[in-house]
Amino acid sequence: MDTFALLGQGLVTAFELQNLLYALIGVTLGTAVGVLPGIGPALTVALLLPVTYKLDPAGSLIMFAGIYYGGMYGGSTTSILLNTPGESASIVTALEGNKMARKGRGGPALATAAIGSFVAGLLATLGLAFIAPSVVSFALSFGPAEYFALMLLAFMTVSAAFGDSTLRGLTSLFLGLALGLIGIDQLTGQARLVFGLPNLFDGISVTTLAVALFAIGETLAVAASHQTGDEKVEAVKGSVWMNREDWRRSWMPWLRGTAIGFPIGAMPAGGADVSSFLSYSAERNFSKHPEEFGHGAIEGVAGPEAANNASAAGTLVPLLTLGLPTTATAAIMLAGFQQFGLQPGPLLFATNAPLVWGLIASLLVANFMLLVLNLPLIGLWVKLLTIPRPWLYAGILVFATLGTIGADASTTYLGGIPVAFGLGLLMLFGLLGYGLRRFGYPIAPVVVGLILGPMAEKSLRQALQISQGNPSALFHSWIAIVLWVLAFTALLLPLYLRMRGRGKVLSQFGTDED
Amino acid sequence: MKTSLWAGVILSALVSAGSAWAADYKIIAPAAPGGGWDQTARSMQSALQDDGISPSVQVTNVPGAGGTIGLAQFVNQASGDPEQLIVGGYVMVGAILTNNSPVTLEQITPIARLTGEYEAIVVPAASEIKDMAGLVEKLKSDPGSVSWGGGSAGGTDQITAGLIAKAVGVDPTKVNYIAFSGGGEALAAILGNQVTVGISSYSEFASQVQAGTLRLLAVSSDERLTGVEAPTFKEAGVDVSIQNWRMVAAAPGISDEQKATITADVDKMVKSEAWKKILADKGWADTYLAGDEFVAQLKKDQEATATILKEIGLVQ
Repeated sequence: MDTFALLGQGLVTAFELQNLLYALIGVTLGTAVGVLPGIGPALTVALLLPVTYKLDPAGSLIMFAGIYYGGMYGGSTTSILLNTPGESASIVTALEGNKMARKGRGGPALATAAIGSFVAGLLATLGLAFIAPSVVSFALSFGPAEYFALMLLAFMTVSAAFGDSTLRGLTSLFLGLALGLIGIDQLTGQARLVFGLPNLFDGISVTTLAVALFAIGETLAVAASHQTGDEKVEAVKGSVWMNREDWRRSWMPWLRGTAIGFPIGAMPAGGADVSSFLSYSAERNFSKHPEEFGHGAIEGVAGPEAANNASAAGTLVPLLTLGLPTTATAAIMLAGFQQFGLQPGPLLFATNAPLVWGLIASLLVANFMLLVLNLPLIGLWVKLLTIPRPWLYAGILVFATLGTIGADASTTYLGGIPVAFGLGLLMLFGLLGYGLRRFGYPIAPVVVGLILGPMAEKSLRQALQISQGNPSALFHSWIAIVLWVLAFTALLLPLYLRMRGRGKVLSQFGTDED
Repeated sequence: MKTSLWAGVILSALVSAGSAWAADYKIIAPAAPGGGWDQTARSMQSALQDDGISPSVQVTNVPGAGGTIGLAQFVNQASGDPEQLIVGGYVMVGAILTNNSPVTLEQITPIARLTGEYEAIVVPAASEIKDMAGLVEKLKSDPGSVSWGGGSAGGTDQITAGLIAKAVGVDPTKVNYIAFSGGGEALAAILGNQVTVGISSYSEFASQVQAGTLRLLAVSSDERLTGVEAPTFKEAGVDVSIQNWRMVAAAPGISDEQKATITADVDKMVKSEAWKKILADKGWADTYLAGDEFVAQLKKDQEATATILKEIGLVQ
């Protein structure tokens, strides 16, 4: 077993004291930036690149990978406790996680996220070590037509999975799709719906929208409801740790999340957010307790959290084997490789084997460190919820505002007065979030529409352009056909069930997830 | 909250690590972290600091709209300030036209062209297209049947594809150009046999070409590139040469002496060992061109770009 020997050598590299230290710095920093909305792993790695210029390649790459893994983990904490997703990949976690936290089950929610992330990170890193080449060829077989079918499947399952009323869910989804049209059209370079504002050329930032709808909207809703003294949030009810039932309900979602996240992370246009949406829909379908979804189902935290960590490892597959960065963080890590004169690609495993296996082994170590670091902190984190609500929400506002300014420092001039554009958008969408809550529309489909809409549109147009307008190209491969069939099943099955008089069961599935 | 406080402390320590000394140059990278302009700005930062040309250099990212957001902010806020610089490049020339940008390169003070990357055309190893002549033949017989995978619309990749079509007598509006979000995504489409040919910077394809999974048809340089076994477009009978250059520019409204000081600093940086090492590591060609020669070249590029973008139909 050649791979085992190489991995063993890698572990020897990883356990060198200085590399352990780099991994520790990486995961700590990564967790910290994951917690802050707006400041992501990409920016952190970019800031650190010049600093690491004089360090040795193995050490700094290990640190970068630690930041990446840590960032994926850190985002879940604020999602669960404060309903403020730090990254787009943690949006789904907020749905069930925050409901759990409000019922005093924040501890188990954080624990299943931490352990799920660990399990997924472990399996996916092993996948990176052993089956990277076959995963790559699968991921590359996804062209525009397959992406479009995948997006279609995501739309069908996600819009069915959110909200009590299909009409309200779809209304929210279309609001998101409309927001997704804003900006420069990627295929023709023409600006759409920008109203002459150059700041809108790159479209609405997903993080800004998510933070505004979730955090600002919720703060406004709380402030408007005059309930400050009435509702008591129980910070901790029962054990802070997961009980036997929690374990029983978590382990399958962890594995399913990993199975969904790893290959989707390896796809050039996939990503952690898409895999977390799909994992959420999958858990909802597989769950024996679908009625709990929307009220704090632990599966809805376990699956997506596993999926987003697995997809972080998945991203490294094309990066290491093809030199193909599929996320912003991966692009900067690629720049890091180049800074040390290394060219990731088909030859990297042959020319720099010790470095690559050291990196893979360090990921295993970093993953373990994250678990050790974070599990004991859970007790501390859940105390956040005991902070009196006015203080807590004031804190959330500060947090959200700072994060947004950090992510978008551009200013625009309205009638000669400089305005922080990102902040203006944040407040505007915060009002929208309040309105949606006030009138009972679900929040998440808006964000889902903003993320998936542009991807679906682009894939469809690319596919048709390549085939010079022949629509049969959309079904040109088995993968595409299977995805289409799945999407239609997701659309028609509920209708069929309803016709057979099982509508009652279905309406119980319906929930309101804000 | 303790941990998040620490996060703040660590982050601000990181940020201030670059700015603890007396501020000298401030460079705006009008792009997100990780891209070519960001890397150029950060490379300048380390070269200027390492050689003591400037005690401290700060890089700020102002991403968006092909660099025109950063450019607008620079024109508005840096006017007359001899310590502020902006990085830009060929893509900005096209973006200003396609976005109808209210600010243009005429409003800033170009200092020098620093680096360039050449465009390359590749096909999958199994493709029936063996060389540039084969591609030209296919393009002439049915332009739509050749799908070109490259980076975002209106960028260097699409402009090059349009110029090639024009040079061989094919209507540029007939070019079936498929824009992907970036060179990486385009590379995946080429490796996955989704498009006929790939067109992007050579560095995007280098490792695949060396590994033999992609066949390099030609590159866009004037002379053959050392270590690259492919003809130039001109050698292959297509009269096109283009480079995706990157430049540094100073603020509007600075005096001639101030401009001379900045030019001297940049000149010193370009000749430093640190800069040469960075270029070698990143595979960037040294296409340093300063002063009036650069301004003249810039004007030529702007005119040619405006013409081809109109012919492709991206600019009215």
